[in-house]
Amino acid sequence: MFPATFEYHRAQSVKEALSLLKRLGDGAKLLSGGHSLIPMMKLRLAQPSHLIDIGGVRELSQISEEGNKILIGATVTHSEIASSPLIKQKLGLLADCAAEIGDVQVRNRGTIGGSLAHADPAADYPAAVLALEAELELESEQGTRTVKAQDFFVDLMTTALRPDEILRRVVFAPIPQGAGYAYLKHPQPASGFAIVGVAALVTLGKDGSCEKVRVGITGIAPKPFRATAVESALTGKKPDSTALAAAAAHAADGVDCLSDIHASSEFRAELARVYTRRALERAIAACKP
Amino acid sequence: MAALPKFIGERVRRREDPRLITGTGTYVDDIKLPGMLHAAVMRSPYAHAKINSVDLSRARNHPGVIMALSGEDIGDKIGSLPCVAPAQHVPVHPVLARGKVRFVGEPVAIVVAENPYVARDAIDLINVEFDPLPAVVDVEKALESGAPLVHEEFGTNLVTRAEVTSPGFEKAMAEAQRTLKFRLINQRLTPTMMEPRAVLANWERGYKQLTLWSSTQIPHLLRSQLADMLKLPENKIRVIAPEVGGGFGAKLNVYPEEALCAYLSMELNRPVKWIETRRENMAATTHGRDHVTYVEVGFKNDGTITAIKAKFFCDMGAYLHLLTPAIPGFTGLMATGCYKIAGLSFEQNLVFTNKMATDAYRGAGRPEATYLIERTVDMVAAELGMDPAEVRRKNFIPKDAFPYTTPVGLQFDSGNYEAALDKALEMVGYQKLRQEQAEAAKKGRYIGIGLSTYVEICGIGPSALLPPKLKGGGWESATIRIEPDCKVTVLTGTSPHGQGEETTFAQIAADAFGVDVDDVTVIHGDTAVVQYGIGTFGSRTTALGGTAVLMAAQKLQDKMKKIASHMMEVPPEQLIFTNRTIALASDPSKSIPLQKVVEAAYGYKQPIPGVEPGLDANAFYEPSGCTFPFGAHVCVVEVDPETGVVKVLRYVAVDDCGKIINPLLVDGQIQGGIAQGLGQALYEETVYDENGQLVTASLMDYAVPKATMVPRFELANTVTPTHINPLGVKGVGEAGTIGSTPAVVNAVIDALKPFGIRHLDMPLKPEKIWRAIQQAKQTMKG
Ligand SMILES: Cc1cc2nc3c(=O)[nH]c(=O)nc-3n(C[C@H](O)[C@H](O)[C@H](O)COP(=O)(O)OP(=O)(O)OC[C@H]3O[C@@H](n4cnc5c(N)ncnc54)[C@H](O)[C@@H]3O)c2cc1C
Repeated sequence: MFPATFEYHRAQSVKEALSLLKRLGDGAKLLSGGHSLIPMMKLRLAQPSHLIDIGGVRELSQISEEGNKILIGATVTHSEIASSPLIKQKLGLLADCAAEIGDVQVRNRGTIGGSLAHADPAADYPAAVLALEAELELESEQGTRTVKAQDFFVDLMTTALRPDEILRRVVFAPIPQGAGYAYLKHPQPASGFAIVGVAALVTLGKDGSCEKVRVGITGIAPKPFRATAVESALTGKKPDSTALAAAAAHAADGVDCLSDIHASSEFRAELARVYTRRALERAIAACKP
Repeated sequence: MAALPKFIGERVRRREDPRLITGTGTYVDDIKLPGMLHAAVMRSPYAHAKINSVDLSRARNHPGVIMALSGEDIGDKIGSLPCVAPAQHVPVHPVLARGKVRFVGEPVAIVVAENPYVARDAIDLINVEFDPLPAVVDVEKALESGAPLVHEEFGTNLVTRAEVTSPGFEKAMAEAQRTLKFRLINQRLTPTMMEPRAVLANWERGYKQLTLWSSTQIPHLLRSQLADMLKLPENKIRVIAPEVGGGFGAKLNVYPEEALCAYLSMELNRPVKWIETRRENMAATTHGRDHVTYVEVGFKNDGTITAIKAKFFCDMGAYLHLLTPAIPGFTGLMATGCYKIAGLSFEQNLVFTNKMATDAYRGAGRPEATYLIERTVDMVAAELGMDPAEVRRKNFIPKDAFPYTTPVGLQFDSGNYEAALDKALEMVGYQKLRQEQAEAAKKGRYIGIGLSTYVEICGIGPSALLPPKLKGGGWESATIRIEPDCKVTVLTGTSPHGQGEETTFAQIAADAFGVDVDDVTVIHGDTAVVQYGIGTFGSRTTALGGTAVLMAAQKLQDKMKKIASHMMEVPPEQLIFTNRTIALASDPSKSIPLQKVVEAAYGYKQPIPGVEPGLDANAFYEPSGCTFPFGAHVCVVEVDPETGVVKVLRYVAVDDCGKIINPLLVDGQIQGGIAQGLGQALYEETVYDENGQLVTASLMDYAVPKATMVPRFELANTVTPTHINPLGVKGVGEAGTIGSTPAVVNAVIDALKPFGIRHLDMPLKPEKIWRAIQQAKQTMKG
């Protein structure tokens, strides 16, 4: 499959990438791992006239810890996240989620920035990024702004990113000691993407009731979302099976579910409920007092 | 030097693999010729539409474009694509659509350009005015009056109706104490070989000779058909099948792009290459299966099946490819499986629809037959509350009944079906497994155990069984040369494309001449180098091509014995080939090095009476009948009742392919075959929507099982040789696919038994299972 003609630019810095973005205008696209953009170009569903490759920009490729924050650069690959000792220790939910993405080749090339910016409704990361209440740093020549994960995803393959902006890094608070988490995915058998993916993060109080519950769901709707109805239904409750089932039953409340040959909207909603309950069960089982 | 071992029966590693693994094999796309041009094909976006006009002017004016042609430009300069199988209505099949398009993906125009990017760009500059017509997509509705006609000239969408009823069928059905009727869907599949199709044509003007590289399973048959289509003498066409990355039957065909590239190269006097994209492969390379079948089975209360009646609706697609209408016949004829069932009657309706043509796909008719009968046996078992293993035992053709003639006249060569089942059940621990299943059920876990006992047809021959228009029969050819340095060259008329006969044929030749397997080189897939042959399909290569190798070796052995006899002054009958010598059978220490005999043959300084110089022999092997491999597969699954997800817990397969030349390769064929059969059972389905649009147009939507989706296999064999050929081999290329699909489906249905579910159509996707469970729960409540 052969993409349409384009010009290739390799940026050395964020600054250069931003100035190229501005100069080249509408026809320009950032290229990170290329594992979403290049397939689209080969199918000619995307025909950018310029590609600005940010794969070699060092400042975007770092994982670091600053104060009580963990910062992940946009071009950090899925496999780096899945195997980083720091991420595994302090953001295990994200590492687990990264390990579920695609196959080895995809994980070696694909990047967190590319995945989030692409906003495929069936991508894995958004579930974890939402449950972890991450913040995304967006930079343009005008400066940097920070957007909450919840506000970043706007619609099907649409985000808060403006055409002149780069997603620079994703900022996380480490998972509190003792909290339990799980990422559970029902893969679409052909693509391997999520028909539903549920990220659950739970902190139990001293009395064993749920102190804090966060649930991010991807795959079932045009955009990933936080299942706030589930979260509030469980918060303050003892997580017995009745409470879990009752809370999980709200997983698809008010959601206009997608439908395709792999799963109807009705089935997606049901899977969301079942996987939410199971993810919560696992998260709770993993909580340490 | 250490004594050489015998190689037949050994797990000799595939000699093909090092080059394939290190990327040093040569596929069509690896070949680059000076001045080479690149073609791209513009395809129909509609399932059914009138073509009002094709405007190629913008494409032709695009910089870098050399030529662009429509169907009208080609006219009659390229003949119709061939269908050699008999049918009542065989439509003209133009290489580029004329007047009308009949399926999504049908070639409409072709562009040749300096590079593939420009060729692809030019496709978007072609302006075709289509007048969309209603499409016919459903195989049963296609036969209703008023259905849109795919080919108006026939006045019907019926390609052919065939009816076969065995003598005594009525009586057999009357003997039944019970009957069951049900409908089965054997869904359409996309073969999905690793390497899509690929063609490179080079017309050498000075020599008036065409060389065509194609990723094909049948270089010689392709040459013969192209000679017809292009009106060229066969000895002016050289077809080369270099490394071919799989075919599964879909490359047992003749395609528009093969003739088009040849024609364009002749027009332009430059090489023209076309490489199929994956999307094109999914839309415009033949599909497989696609039957709707109404089954009626008659049986007694003790489980004896007396008769089977089946009515098939087989979706042929829009055109008939090389063997399209021949494939369903195998399904009908094999519908009684490995059972002694007295009566068989079937009616087959072959039907045109606005879809890609179906044709051979791994198993070609036999997987459909096996699915039909193996689901039927399980239905009977469920109806009678019997163990499915018992119903099978009750009905098996007994081992002393071979050669066995089926009610419709097929001759089964040899078999011992019960032994294979016994072994499989023992391996899986059947009795214990049934107990575990019952225990699990008490805990709300849904475990299912599925059996499949299959028999299939391989090595189809004699030639009278094949359509006359095929220009080739049920035979196969081989030439063997022993070169002056004592190395052995085998030229086979078969065309392996992943199966590994460069290894197995080397084993056969090495043993024949007492040399090392590494002393043998096997050459195939070049019509200018290899004598006429038929190709690789239908699990025929070892049974037919291997036997031809053995026969050619025997001819050469006779000659070499004569020479050695002359040199050693002993009668030739007393000589054997061993350890790179020709030796006295009674005392192998009395021997002469093979090298000396070879020198005598080539040097020929002292002529030997009655012996010509040189060492070269060929053989054409025509079998007296087909071979019938068989086996027993057991699949164990667990169904998650909340999500409908099926997990395969265990998979045991006992296959009997007669004598085994190389157990490693047999295992490999079985493993790949099971993966594909499991794919059909659980994941794969080619979906067209009601307008005839292809929904599973890429691998993002067509689900081929990946390594992580396939269980570990527990494999074993029984060995029941055939008398049909001197090697005693039957064939194993398709067996895994044939045996596995019903084993998996039977296991899932067994797991769903507590819900009262008797049948679900493939693929058994989670949602389908989930819905069936929801419905069953409703019914149970109500
Ligand atoms: C075979 C296969 C299987 C896959 N399976 C999965 C799966 O199971 N789950 C899953 O979640 N994903 C899957 N993916 C997608 C994969 O994770 C991609 O890598 C990811 O979606 C995109 O990341 P990338 O770095 O490749 O982005 P690219 O393809 O380079 O870019 C994607 C888009 O984001 C934009 N972009 C990239 N970086 C930035 C940035 N820093 N700022 C602003 N915009 C940017 C680009 O301009 C482009 O529009 C699969 C992909 C393939 C090819």
